[in-house]
Amino acid sequence: MTNPVSDTSNPTHSSPAVVFETHDVTKTYQMGEVEVRALRGIDLELYEGEFVVMLGPSGSGKSTLLNILGGLDVPSSGTVRYGDTDLSTFNESVLTQYRREHVGFVFQFYNLIPSLTARENVALVTEISSQPLAPEEALKLVELSDRMDHFPAQLSGGEQQRVAIARAIAKRPRVLLCDEPTGALDIRTGIVVLEALAKVNRELGTTTVVITHNVAIADMADRVIRLSDGMIASIEGNPHKKSPSELSW
Amino acid sequence: MKALEHKLWRDLWNLRGQTLAIIAVMASGVACFIMFMSTLDSLLQSRDRYYSEYRFAEIFVPVKRAPESVVLRLESIAGVSKVDTRVVAPVTVDMEGFHEPIIGTITSIPDSGEPLLNRLYLRAGRLIEPGRNNEIVISEAFAEAHQLHPGDTLRVTINGKRERLHIVGSGGSPEYVHQVPPGGAFPDYERYAVMWMGRTPLARAYDMDGAFNHVVLTLTRDADAPAVMDQIDAILRPYGGVGAIARKDQSSHFMLAQELTQLENLSGVFPIIFLSVAAFLLNVVVTRLVGTQREQIAALKAFGYSNIAIALHYLQMIMLIVLAGITAGVPLGATLGHMLSEIFVEYFRLPFLDYTLEPLRVLQVSLITGAAGLLGTLAAVRAAVRLKPAAAMRPEAPAVYRTSLLERIGVQRLLSTPTRMILRNLAHKPVKSLLAILGISLSVGILMTGQFQQDSINFMMHLRYILSQRDDLTVVFNEPTSHRALTELVSLPGVQYGEPFRFVPVRLRFEHRSYRTLIWALEPDASIRRLVDNDLQVIKLPPDGIILNEYLATSILHLKAGDRVVVETLDGRMRKASLPVAGLIQEDFGVSAYMSLQALNRLMQEGELISGASLYIDERYANEIYQQIKERPAIAAALIRQQEIRNFHRVMDQTMLFWTSVATLFAITIAVGVVYNSARIILTERSRELASLRVLGYTRGEISYILLGELALLTLAALPVGLLFGRALCGYITLTVNNDMYRVPLVIEPSTYAFAAFCVLLAAAVSGLLVRQKLDKLDLIAALKTKE
Repeated sequence: MTNPVSDTSNPTHSSPAVVFETHDVTKTYQMGEVEVRALRGIDLELYEGEFVVMLGPSGSGKSTLLNILGGLDVPSSGTVRYGDTDLSTFNESVLTQYRREHVGFVFQFYNLIPSLTARENVALVTEISSQPLAPEEALKLVELSDRMDHFPAQLSGGEQQRVAIARAIAKRPRVLLCDEPTGALDIRTGIVVLEALAKVNRELGTTTVVITHNVAIADMADRVIRLSDGMIASIEGNPHKKSPSELSW
Repeated sequence: MKALEHKLWRDLWNLRGQTLAIIAVMASGVACFIMFMSTLDSLLQSRDRYYSEYRFAEIFVPVKRAPESVVLRLESIAGVSKVDTRVVAPVTVDMEGFHEPIIGTITSIPDSGEPLLNRLYLRAGRLIEPGRNNEIVISEAFAEAHQLHPGDTLRVTINGKRERLHIVGSGGSPEYVHQVPPGGAFPDYERYAVMWMGRTPLARAYDMDGAFNHVVLTLTRDADAPAVMDQIDAILRPYGGVGAIARKDQSSHFMLAQELTQLENLSGVFPIIFLSVAAFLLNVVVTRLVGTQREQIAALKAFGYSNIAIALHYLQMIMLIVLAGITAGVPLGATLGHMLSEIFVEYFRLPFLDYTLEPLRVLQVSLITGAAGLLGTLAAVRAAVRLKPAAAMRPEAPAVYRTSLLERIGVQRLLSTPTRMILRNLAHKPVKSLLAILGISLSVGILMTGQFQQDSINFMMHLRYILSQRDDLTVVFNEPTSHRALTELVSLPGVQYGEPFRFVPVRLRFEHRSYRTLIWALEPDASIRRLVDNDLQVIKLPPDGIILNEYLATSILHLKAGDRVVVETLDGRMRKASLPVAGLIQEDFGVSAYMSLQALNRLMQEGELISGASLYIDERYANEIYQQIKERPAIAAALIRQQEIRNFHRVMDQTMLFWTSVATLFAITIAVGVVYNSARIILTERSRELASLRVLGYTRGEISYILLGELALLTLAALPVGLLFGRALCGYITLTVNNDMYRVPLVIEPSTYAFAAFCVLLAAAVSGLLVRQKLDKLDLIAALKTKE
């Protein structure tokens, strides 16, 4: 099997450490009487500090892959190495521990807790992780210092998503996984959110994976991975990385 | 089947846990109602059939001795339909191997054939035959208590003369449904024998040849009962008539009626509470369901379904639940009702049970339940059909939260973020939280109602038989007799100490109200039998005046201490006097009046007479003392205190145990239903949040804390409210069961509170565990994909 990924396709990192390495990962769901093969042999490496955009139509398997990388799901076969360990062998409680310490999630619908203020939503995560940022610091990073004591209902969609980003990065995760982070937002707000993600990636060096339908977002990535039908269609480096403010769709 | 109907069944299936819990609660309410009502209906119907088929008399008049010729005068009174005279004789019975004294009442029946009134039903054997002088029919209860059968003989002392009587049959009569020995408080089938004997031999034995000492009558339909009774009294007074007794005051009927009234009152309380809780639950679930179905409703409306069609859809769902509750509850209630009726029939000694479940009762319960369900869900359904399709299609805006009051007063720093979530969730929807607390407290409250009656009864028994009436043995003479009789009793070996008492049947009058009762007279410094009120204070009898039972004074005669009450004695001499009411005494049993022995004897102008004595005895000599008493024909009754207590418990324990078990079972069903539903609702409302937390790295244990913490807080908040509510409910019940026989004081032991709290905490723990299991199946990925 050929691996289209080469070290040279990642120009921003001279000697990048490998964060994730998947080998022949498949995922098959049983939906009633129908067997859905969501992933059909994924071989992939993700490197320390890079910003990856994963593109693909609905049903291409990108969310499934993200869930497996994030420890929300386990593959049907194949291995997923995270550093020195194999995620596919983890049990439920080890996966929880993994998510708790190493992974930050950002979701399309933010998934904030409506009963907690912005600061408390972040604290929710900092309270249970070992070396977190202060919630205030995390919120400052997404430029929400003046909105810290607002409840989600008092925040706009973009602000809510930035709280979600602050919440995700406050634990100082090694990887930040974002599933359609701008999917529910208009372009202007979407760009503000992407700027926050770019800033976190730049300043904290967090490996960031963004999955999206939105091809325009690919322009801000170090690498672009396209999925189709449960397989990797292509992996391309992006030598002319744009800043989010230059994007348009 | 239409698509909407498919949806209906699927929704019910998806909510099956909650639906079942609600059906169980509704079924409990329905079963409770049907049980009470069918028991009441059945007992009334059985009693009425018994009364009418066995020609229960309407007027009862005891006299000293009247010639048979008086009957003609009685029959000629306008309004009198039938007249039947009898001889009624107090007797003692001697039973081989049974040491304690047995007393009895023999009522005459014609030498051949049935009596005109108060006919006998026969359970075994036959009626007496003419010319056989020593044949008797005995009460079925007494026969059972002593394993007596037709063919056995009985040694009976009538008027001091011993007779050997042959039992030819056993049965009963409507005038002895409730068989309580004279002076006793509860039925005692071992020590009190009701018997029937031919008129000729009984009259001969009791010196009543050609005369009678008791007459019973029925009236024509248009009769003016009080006027007729006055005429009867006028005719019989010269013969020692002590006043005609209407059926409502006849002791057996009176007690039966009191018990049935009490059952009726309880029927008005319990089913209502149970049904209210069920309706409340139904409301909560449907509101919730409609809330989660916003988008579906919008889609249906967008497709062109009318508001009415959608409203009908939800109403159908509610009605299906209600229908299931009724379908499960009615047969359950009928089964329990049948069991309860059997217990009462046994207790009252009705000869048969016509168990009946009136269709009207099923209709009533269906209407009440249906209306409760309808009302409970009307608002939710209205909200559903009011949604504009476009509005409903949009996700709901995030709910607006505030910091909770607790945090605003400064304890915020002490609370972890999950704890804050719990507090804010509760504070966010205060009405819903309060309703949940209310639901749980209702179940705490009803759990107490099953248990507290035992506490109250224990208190009543303690007051009466430990503090107030402390004798080992009470002896009652046939007639008021000289003080010397006491001296003689005390001199018997084994009798340690004795005190006299006297009682006189009287009619008390105040303004236009009157009441028949007994005046009990004691020595002012008596120590065996004392007046002890509900505050456990011993009340000393004043040298003059009368002390009235408070219930008699306030609820029946409507008088207060300091008023004067008119006393008419009903002992044949018919003395009349106006006495000052020296005080009132709060007592649980009976409606008596009390005087000092000296004051009563002054009133009676008969010298130092006593009706009986309270004795302390040495247990080791008990059998010898009983034997002595049996040999003294002047002694009409001997009541053993311990036996009285046992009689009470035998009666109460059966009905009580059944009632307590059923009420507790229903209450637990409700508690589990309420708590489980609350837990499920919290799970539904929080599942997305909790799944998000799991994704963020929270463990199952940590999210369980948020879910179960909310449930625990609701439950803990409900406990004090529930215990207070329970106390109020028990207080209300004691008011409804008050009657002339007894008042139930509100006594609730700590164990009853603890029991209710424990059951609800257990229900919460079990519900929590069940819901906790569901947490393990949370779909983390779906939570990320769905909108709020």
